[in-house]
Amino acid sequence: MVDVQLSDAEKTYIIHGAQDNLREDGRGCEDYRHLEIETSVVSTTSGSAKIRLANTEILVGVKVELGETSPENPDKGRIEFFVDCSANATPEFEGRGGEDLANEISNMLARAYDCPSCLDMRKLCVVEGKKCWIVYVDVLLLECGGSLFDASSIAVKAALYNTSIPRLTVTHDEGHTELELSDDPYDVQRLDVYNSPCIVTLSKIGHSHVVDASQKEEACCLARLMLAVTDKGCVTAMKKEGSGSFDVSSIEDMLETGKKVGQSLNKSLMEVLVSEDRNMKKKYMTGYLR
Amino acid sequence: MAVDIRLASTCVRLKPESIDELTNLVTPGDVITSDTGFMRGHGTFMEDGKHHASVAGVVQRVNKLICVKPLKTRYNGEVGDIVVGRIIEVGMKRWKVDTHSKLDSVLMLSSVNLPGGELRRRSEEDEKLMRYYLKEGDLISAEVQSVFNDGSLSLHTRSLKYGKLGQGSLYLVSPSLIKRRKTHFHNLPCGVTVILGNNGYVWVCPTEGEVSEQTGGYEQNFEPVVRADREVVARIGNCVQSLADHRMMLFDTSILYTYEASLKFPVKDMMKPEVKTEVIDLARQRLERDGT
Repeated sequence: MVDVQLSDAEKTYIIHGAQDNLREDGRGCEDYRHLEIETSVVSTTSGSAKIRLANTEILVGVKVELGETSPENPDKGRIEFFVDCSANATPEFEGRGGEDLANEISNMLARAYDCPSCLDMRKLCVVEGKKCWIVYVDVLLLECGGSLFDASSIAVKAALYNTSIPRLTVTHDEGHTELELSDDPYDVQRLDVYNSPCIVTLSKIGHSHVVDASQKEEACCLARLMLAVTDKGCVTAMKKEGSGSFDVSSIEDMLETGKKVGQSLNKSLMEVLVSEDRNMKKKYMTGYLR
Repeated sequence: MAVDIRLASTCVRLKPESIDELTNLVTPGDVITSDTGFMRGHGTFMEDGKHHASVAGVVQRVNKLICVKPLKTRYNGEVGDIVVGRIIEVGMKRWKVDTHSKLDSVLMLSSVNLPGGELRRRSEEDEKLMRYYLKEGDLISAEVQSVFNDGSLSLHTRSLKYGKLGQGSLYLVSPSLIKRRKTHFHNLPCGVTVILGNNGYVWVCPTEGEVSEQTGGYEQNFEPVVRADREVVARIGNCVQSLADHRMMLFDTSILYTYEASLKFPVKDMMKPEVKTEVIDLARQRLERDGT
């Protein structure tokens, strides 16, 4: 995590605030900050999304490529995550500085999507045992303002929703197969992401836990629990981070909160994405000129 | 529990009609004048006998001198400015302080008021106790004592109103948004103290009694702040942030008017862009009516 230094008094103020259910910016413990999302921002990708959560800014690009199926899953496609921390976000990311964080995020995303109910990988298979679509998801951190895991998972889901895969026709001809790409660029198939998870990070501050911690709050938190929650409230991955420890009962509490928050997060995200899809025509790009 | 997700294209942006067009606004590379009779000031460069701007900002002309004052900049200190800074290093007889300027500022041990007395010699004992007085991460309010040749600042806290800051929250805005005033310490009537540092660091905390003012902040109060006070601090903080988002100057009246306009909304709704715009519009209209 990218840390800021805080004085003891500021930390005390934040910790007592979390206990009072009134955080520094007036939010309660289970509130997210205002989120802005935009999809299909990079025209050279199969799907892309840009998200801004207060100061956190993340760009995700998805590229699909035809590849060989893996021997252990001959009837499935693959999804691969790669996270890059731009040195524009903070000078600490310069060189190899952001590598640890990037690996952590990509591992967590890979684990979250490793569940068979999240994303139907069978649909990505073209010719069983031979060809399949490989989905490369590239996450770029442009600015850090806390909750990087949550924001990147939301952006990934939005970008996957936006992804269009060209439709292929397979013809079997005397033993060898032929793939034919449709001439129409709009003849595409979309990924079904209704069951993809969003990561909810619960940070323990004092004796209470908060969601969507800001950078200052992250500096006061000793332990955090990350949950990948799907639309139906199913937890597909869980990770504990930080030097502190949890009580068993508090983990149960956090799981409950995480599920509840994750479900409403997924719900509002899907609503927004579907509505953007509907208004595709009259859309104008916002991009980076704010 | 609230999750508020929007599309970037549907979010309310700044209304262009409410902003006066600035005529002397330049971007880097713009030709300011081709008249050779002028002198080159900060933010400009000469090429082919013409004056060009090297930063994006507003052109200022003093007699024959042309300067461009940048809109977004690091803090350029001047003697007498009030700043809020964070200690980043404890060194030999000095603290290094982050004040959002190009170089780290220094606070000498000899230019602080130490607890326990006015005319005190700052002995070797004190030097060993430096981290006890101020340690890394601590926030201070201070005044710029002098500016070194390289532009780095020397600070002092030799008055009881300066010193270590206690419980509250810090907001970072652009230094060019802080209006220069006679005083930068404001005890607002809503029970909040605001320190508008010239360097763009704004400190908001609940107004405390006189006790803490007499110790220079070295004795800190870690008692929980009551919820009502906390709410007002959060609201003022959100007001400061909204003013900065809308590029409005920060001073006591503008903050107070924004605060009063925001009272009809719950605190956490103030993070929504449409509420921000509405509140800021109300405050802007009231400021214009007052003619300030």
